[in-house]
Amino acid sequence: MEKNLDQIHQDGLKELEAAKNNRDIQDLSVRYLGRKGILTQFLRNISQLPDEQRPQAGKKANQIKNILDKAFRKAAQELASVGAAKDAGIDVSLPGRKMAAGYLHPITQINNRMCDIFSSLGFDIAEGPEVESDYYNFEALNFPKDHPARDMQDTFFVSDDIVLRTHTSPLQIRTMEKQKPPVRIVCPGKVYRCDSDLTHTPMFHQVEGLLIDENISFGDLKGVLTTFVHQMFDEQTSLRFRPSFFPFTEPSAEVDILCVMCRGKGCRICSHTGWLEILGSGMVHPALYDNVGYDADRYTGFAFGMGVERIAMLKYGIDDIRKFFENDMRFLEQF
Amino acid sequence: MKVSLSWLKDYVEVKMDPADLADSLTMAGLEVDSVSDRYAYLNGVVVARVEKVMPHPNADKLIICRVSTGERRVSIVCGAPNVKEGMLAALAQPGTVLQNGYRLEKSVIRGEHSEGMLCSDAELGLGDNPAGIMNLNSSLKVGSGLAAALDLSDTVFELDLTPNRPDCLSVMGIAREIAAIQNTPLKYPAYEIEDKADTIHKLSSVKIDAPDHCPRYSARLVENINVAVSPFWLQDRLLSVGQRPINNIVDITNFVMLETGQPLHAFDFENLAENRIVVRLASDGEKFTTLDEKERTLESEMLMICDGQKAVAVGGVMGGLNSEIEVDTTRVLIEGAYFNPVSIRRTSKKLGLNTDASHRFERGVDPQGTIRAINRAAKLMVEIGNGALVEGIIDEYPNRQSVKSVRLGIKRTNRLLGTDLNRNQIRGLLESIEFKVDPASGNADSLEVTPPPFRVDVSRPEDLMEEVARLSGYHNIPTTFPVMPAEGRRAVHNLEIRKRLKRLMNGFGFTEVIAYSFMSELSGDRLRLKKQDPRRSMVHILNPLTEDQAVMRTSLVPGILETMTYNTARQIKNLKIFEIGKIFLDAEQQDLPQEAEMLLALWTGARSETSWHNRDIPCDFYDIKGIAEGLMGALKLVGIRFRAMPDDSCEYTRPGHTAQILVSDLRVGLVGEIHPRVRDSFDLKQTAFIFELELEKIAGMITEDRHSKPLPRFPAINRDITIIIDRGIETQTVLEAVQRFQEELIENLHLFDIFEGVPIADGKKSVSFRVTYRSPDKTLEDDDVNGLHKSITDRLLNAFDATLP
Repeated sequence: MEKNLDQIHQDGLKELEAAKNNRDIQDLSVRYLGRKGILTQFLRNISQLPDEQRPQAGKKANQIKNILDKAFRKAAQELASVGAAKDAGIDVSLPGRKMAAGYLHPITQINNRMCDIFSSLGFDIAEGPEVESDYYNFEALNFPKDHPARDMQDTFFVSDDIVLRTHTSPLQIRTMEKQKPPVRIVCPGKVYRCDSDLTHTPMFHQVEGLLIDENISFGDLKGVLTTFVHQMFDEQTSLRFRPSFFPFTEPSAEVDILCVMCRGKGCRICSHTGWLEILGSGMVHPALYDNVGYDADRYTGFAFGMGVERIAMLKYGIDDIRKFFENDMRFLEQF
Repeated sequence: MKVSLSWLKDYVEVKMDPADLADSLTMAGLEVDSVSDRYAYLNGVVVARVEKVMPHPNADKLIICRVSTGERRVSIVCGAPNVKEGMLAALAQPGTVLQNGYRLEKSVIRGEHSEGMLCSDAELGLGDNPAGIMNLNSSLKVGSGLAAALDLSDTVFELDLTPNRPDCLSVMGIAREIAAIQNTPLKYPAYEIEDKADTIHKLSSVKIDAPDHCPRYSARLVENINVAVSPFWLQDRLLSVGQRPINNIVDITNFVMLETGQPLHAFDFENLAENRIVVRLASDGEKFTTLDEKERTLESEMLMICDGQKAVAVGGVMGGLNSEIEVDTTRVLIEGAYFNPVSIRRTSKKLGLNTDASHRFERGVDPQGTIRAINRAAKLMVEIGNGALVEGIIDEYPNRQSVKSVRLGIKRTNRLLGTDLNRNQIRGLLESIEFKVDPASGNADSLEVTPPPFRVDVSRPEDLMEEVARLSGYHNIPTTFPVMPAEGRRAVHNLEIRKRLKRLMNGFGFTEVIAYSFMSELSGDRLRLKKQDPRRSMVHILNPLTEDQAVMRTSLVPGILETMTYNTARQIKNLKIFEIGKIFLDAEQQDLPQEAEMLLALWTGARSETSWHNRDIPCDFYDIKGIAEGLMGALKLVGIRFRAMPDDSCEYTRPGHTAQILVSDLRVGLVGEIHPRVRDSFDLKQTAFIFELELEKIAGMITEDRHSKPLPRFPAINRDITIIIDRGIETQTVLEAVQRFQEELIENLHLFDIFEGVPIADGKKSVSFRVTYRSPDKTLEDDDVNGLHKSITDRLLNAFDATLP
């Protein structure tokens, strides 16, 4: 009799091992423990045993019933937690419920990057009006009225004395009027020139910088701009400083970088020169110090400025500047 | 400014190859824009042998030539008298573009095929013999390119000069820079004329009435001139820099201007009434016809060159039609003047007349260069035009231009540049470009430097420092880094907020757009703005590029709707976009307009993309409002309320579907659906929802201050209330009423259902919300809230004339 019970115990566990899914386990449970199950039958038939065996067999049968019950439940639970391993599961290849993030405009991204680099170098950020007086946009920056230097920037006029700023350089004067040296600022913002083609839009963005302190040299200008270019592009991007002219700097320098497309070999982007002009710079012209009341014998400094679109076009390989302001979603979503 | 290598070589020996020369000039501050092969246009022209000459069946004066290029034989129709069998000639093949712009094609001439043209040297820009075709040396190789066969090579450099270097608006000026770069001598042509008499003063005179505008006027007279075509060398010089030869007199004045940078003017002396020159200002409204045959109306500040009776030229800008050099001109008065740059610039701008002369005068020519230039021109007129020089020179110079010396500190120079140059090095560099250094003046730490008169851009020590820097080479200046203090950067509040807003909007799924700051003046009408709306006070641009960009925007709405139009036209119909930018309001009382930063967001199309798990549900008012709420919540703004916008103050949004956004009773923006009529005026069919925030107003309300509160220790009890109220009551007012009860145990109110329709009576709605009660001191029991909950319900029933369901 006991032997018979042990057999049932072992068979039950063995069959459980062979069970593949929940249904198998449920079947087993019914077959062993159900109302017409093997163990239930056994207990029902216990009366047929001799009296002295009955208590012993009954106890053991109940123990085995409990053991199997526990084993079946545990197996079922395990199966459930493993889930898909054994049940039919869900189609995980179906797309999720989309929570699409939006995108920052590429100009904002590049502008932020530029400002972050200069911030990390110790520059503050300054902003100012986009519709500007002739004084701040030109006169105080040493562009006298009726000077051909004004032809360098095609200007939108609001009146004889008010223009749409053609650069963010007015912030140089506005900042110097408000504070004494040292001055370390970068000025991001929109600027306007009346020109429109593949490489010009009537509105674009600039980041300008100004650093004035005692003993600031042209060498320092080279150092700061070299660091900027290396961070903005990479350490392999070499720079070339060459003489140029801006009324508000003297000496002035145009800065070229090694063409980011061909690495100096010459290609369409760099007009086969191997170099790309990306920014203008120079030592602050003493006339500006006169205009804001700085001591020109004591302080020296440098200024620089560049177009955000130009840098973005180079970074992202964009060939038409007008794309920035068409706001075609298929374009904006690429960045 | 264009300059050819062959011309430069007249004044300086060029040791570098063209590419190196271009690079050196660029690095010296004279940016070379392009380097081109002057004879590139001859690429399709080859040496060919005329094998057979036959009469043209349909034309007496034409012949048909069988011509061999070695590889193939072609038929050419020709009219030249000197064609002979066996000769070598220059064959321009189809596709060649001659210097006059004429493009050769295969053609049929009077019924006969002609595959190109046998050319004269004049046609090829290689000589001045127009009569017959080129008879090439028989030793040349048939089939070879003409330029290579004749050993023609020249390079043309196009320079993009900065406005501070008018001295380089001349071949001589550029040659001077090359000489300095190479450290080689500069060769000047002979400018001297030894006059034995002063005859000119008997024949003519110059009177300057406006010495401020015309500080100097020099003149020479040449007689018995034979006006004719220029000799080839002169034409060739002009052609090499892209100038069209006209006649010997005009060509000479152009040549001397290009050589020296001093613009000249040649008058037909016969046409000068009383044979004299008067330099005076124009009178207002005076009419004058310039050489280009246009009548100009003059203003009183314009400088005129006149004869004894009438104006003959706009000084420094353009000559008059009435004194032009004609074929029968025999006596020429050569003008070489120094005009005030500002005066010339104003006149040229006002007349819209930018000439080679005005371009140079307004940048500043060498005030000491007038005599040299007229001497050079007079000598050439004698030489080329067979003229006779009238002895003597007129040189009226009432307003003497002086060059001041500049003291240059050596230490200061090195401090500014970051260099370590000594006094002698600096002196050598400056002297290489004809700056005079006075050896006696100055001390061990300084130099007394006098710039040459043609360097009108140099007047300060810094100007000299630039010369030192550029001549020693910017690349030779050591790269250093400034000392920067380790102080924290000042965060700019508005900038930080703008950054946060953009990132939040990205997180909500909105993509940033940037539209132009311009708009059409019609935008006010398109947005249905009221007559007195401040956004009708627009800042007008005097010189806009287009009518669509004629004013500064007073709203971001037109720009974002145009963006929607643009994308819808490209089948992109679901848009979640925003812009942060300035609007510009004309403030008449002030100098500058008022600029205000705005945020505008637009949602149109589907709430979420149609997918396997959801149908295409269009977004609605509550979607965009949810974004506005989420955004302002993330900024921790308190006291935000949305109130229905009175219908009569809805302009570009739809009445009944618009709310104003209030923060602590201050209106900071609006949220709503675009007005159907505004949609129409932007050609939009699909509806769109927007919200607009005035950033200046919000920025001041956002703080970084945060104070931590203890978390609740005891559980809360939730109870629901449903009441039936008039449909017209704003639901939010019910919740606000509960808030005003100021019951301490109420922690939160949450609206969870609104219902209209059966069984609710017409004109009514049921409103259900959950009240969360919590005490900071103990676990609440039912008995603690039952009374309060009933009292709240009763008070609401009373306040809103409501009923229970």
